[in-house]
This record gives sequence, C-alpha cells and structure tokens, in this order.
Amino acid sequence: MAALPEPGAMTPRPFRLERKRRETHDTWTLALAPLQGDRLDVAPGQFTMLYAFGVGEVPISVSGPPLLQTIRAVGPVTQALCAARPGTILGVRGPFGTSWPVEEAKGRDLLIVAGGVGLPPVRPALYHALDHRADYGRVILLYGARTPEDIVFRRELERWRSRMDLEVDVTVDAAAEGWRGKVGVVTTLIPRAALDPGATAAFVVGPEIMMRFTARALADQGLAPERIWLSMERTMKCGVGLCGHCQFGPSLVCRDGAVYPYPAIEAYLGVREL
Amino acid sequence: MNTLDVLIGDSPVFDGLAPAYLELVAGCARTTGFEAGEYLFREGDRADTFYLVRHGRVGIETMVAGRGALTVETVDAGGVVGWSWLFRPFRWHFDARAVDPVRAIAFDGACLRGKCDQDHTLGYELLNRFSPVLLERLQATQLQLIDVYGGAA
Repeated sequence: MAALPEPGAMTPRPFRLERKRRETHDTWTLALAPLQGDRLDVAPGQFTMLYAFGVGEVPISVSGPPLLQTIRAVGPVTQALCAARPGTILGVRGPFGTSWPVEEAKGRDLLIVAGGVGLPPVRPALYHALDHRADYGRVILLYGARTPEDIVFRRELERWRSRMDLEVDVTVDAAAEGWRGKVGVVTTLIPRAALDPGATAAFVVGPEIMMRFTARALADQGLAPERIWLSMERTMKCGVGLCGHCQFGPSLVCRDGAVYPYPAIEAYLGVREL
Repeated sequence: MNTLDVLIGDSPVFDGLAPAYLELVAGCARTTGFEAGEYLFREGDRADTFYLVRHGRVGIETMVAGRGALTVETVDAGGVVGWSWLFRPFRWHFDARAVDPVRAIAFDGACLRGKCDQDHTLGYELLNRFSPVLLERLQATQLQLIDVYGGAA
C-alpha cells in the first residue's frame, strides 16, 4: 500500500500563470511558476490538482517542464482555467500519481499511441526518450485526433516528423476538404508501424475506449500485455487516495495510477458499472 | 509469373495466394493511375472495379450538405479501395478520390465474380481475404461513430 500523503498535500500552493498558448479552438497550454519556493519535481505522466480559485479544482496532467499544463475547456473549472489571463494566481497541489516507466522501457523500441488531448500527458515521456535517445531503439509516435482542427501541439508534431530518429504518424477521424493527411481511427496506424512485438514497450493514452481498443490491437500484434501501459482518466477529487471518487476496481486512480500496466486494469476496462 | 502477378502477390490482401489463383486474379487486373484530385469512382455509380493502391493516397469521401466533401477514411499503399463489387446491387456508396498522384492495380469485379462462380474455392479464398478488410473497416467505423474524442480527454 502506498504511503500516506504529506500533511500539506491538500493545501494548494499559489502559482502565477506566466503565459498561455492556444492549441486548438478549445484547448490551451498554461505555463505556471510558483510564487514562492521550489519548482515542482514532476515525473513524466504525473498530474496536479489545478485550482481556479472561487470556481473549483480539477486534475490536469503535466505536459512539460517546469510546469506546463494543457487543458481542454469542457466544464466550468476548465473553462475558467483556459480563460485565465497571464498574471492570474492559480492553486496547484501535487504532483500526484504514477509515472510512465521510462526506465523500464530502456533498451526497447518505444511506441507511444496518443488520442485527442491524450498527447499532452505523454509528451514528457516522449521528450525523455528524445533526451536519452541512445537508451531506446525505435521511437514511434502514433497520434489520432477527431479532426485536423483538434490536433494539439501541431507545430511540434511537424518538427518531430522532420527528425530522422523519431517516427511519427498522424490520423484524424474525419476531415473536410483540404486535409491531405490520413483519415481513420488511430488503431489503423498500428499494423502499418511494422512493430517488433518482442522488443516493444507501449505507452497508450487517450479516451478510455480508445485505449481499450488500442491495447487489444497491440496485444493482437503480439505485444506482451505487461509491456503495455495505459494512463487512466477518472474523476479525481482529493488526489491523494482519501476520498475514493476515482475508485477503479480495487485501486484508486489518483494514488495507484494514472499510469497502469495493462494487466492490472484489463479486467476492469470492460466492466459497465465501473 | 508475370509482373502483375508479382505485384498482386506482394500485397497484404493477396499475400500467400496460390500461384494458379494469382494468375486467375491477375487475368482480371490492369495497372492504372490517377492525378491528385481525380475520382476513382463516384457514389451511385456501378461498382465494377476495385483498386489495390501501389503508391499514393486515396480519400473515401461523401458529400454533406453545407459542409462539402467529408473524408471518412484514407487508403494508402497496400490497401484496397472498394468492396461494393462483391455484393449486390454492385453500387458505390461513397466517392473515392486521389489525394496524391496514385498508382494502382484495377480489378474488373465482374470478371472476378465470374471466376469465383466457376471456382468456388477461389471465391472462398477471396471472401476469406476481403472479410478481414471489411471487419477492420466496420470496427473503425463504429469507433468513428462513437466519436471517442468528443467527450472528455
């Protein structure tokens, strides 16, 4: 069982919104800096509880150092966060949760499959692999979005595509005229990646149903389930394993996840009541 | 085997097909090409031909009032465009348009259906090879319908 949280884990620290960048029509990346004290030490895949004072608090994955958080405006709190102006003080708790097993994946091909705003939570793991490029075999990013207009980190994707040591493939579920890229769900990219199943570790993140189908498709390709990791999204409230809002089977996503090995959650992914 | 037999045999959908059957299939095939923007076929037309893409990308499109042509799928090198030639009433349900300059092998569907009628083992072979393509496309379509990115994450 994980250790009990530090006493201050429920107390938000004040951070200033330094700058913000629009990713899509409804998604923004916020750059935050602490008003006092040290920067957060965040492992790839961890999240914070981000507080818009007077509105509410939501779990948001860290999308880059020192503290970049990419947010899609889907409800009152995320809308308030996305609408915040530079200089606004926001509350930050964390970082919380497990991280992508970048050390365990060393020596293997690293496959990242991301869908929608699932790309931000896995972006730090991708940068880790690129910063330690010699530690990995092939590094492959397969990314799916709803439409071309919903692609996040578009400029980075273009830069990544031009690298010789990174394989990037992008698809969208539907496109209007003018899009010259691929159209189809992200799982259709998997057979074309020509994976070496015995040598590949896979990090998968996106909507739960996309992860479920992707993990199955990877297993069908011959990847060992224990070398597939998923990042779960559940309604997290306390962030420290106390309130139980994010219970998923026998685990609490905020404490035991959000990054799980596939075998730990495979049996629960299809359970309707969870 | 001639060049066309080899090209067909190298494709994922015909991989491993017996040489005698490859020859039969190749007898209904020819090479073809399309400029970017050119239609391979149009919705409502008779589905007499299907295509094995060798180079380039083909968009499967449908017209949506007020939104123009919407691409619902793309097919790249190695993929098959069209299966309506297999089933009555042999009509295309979507447009297929070259996104890039496309080189392809065109198959005469009526010719292949005739050979399948004469040799049911060939028919069974082809159905075994096209059914997974259909299943994959059906499952992909179901995921698209769910609109997995429409909600959270």
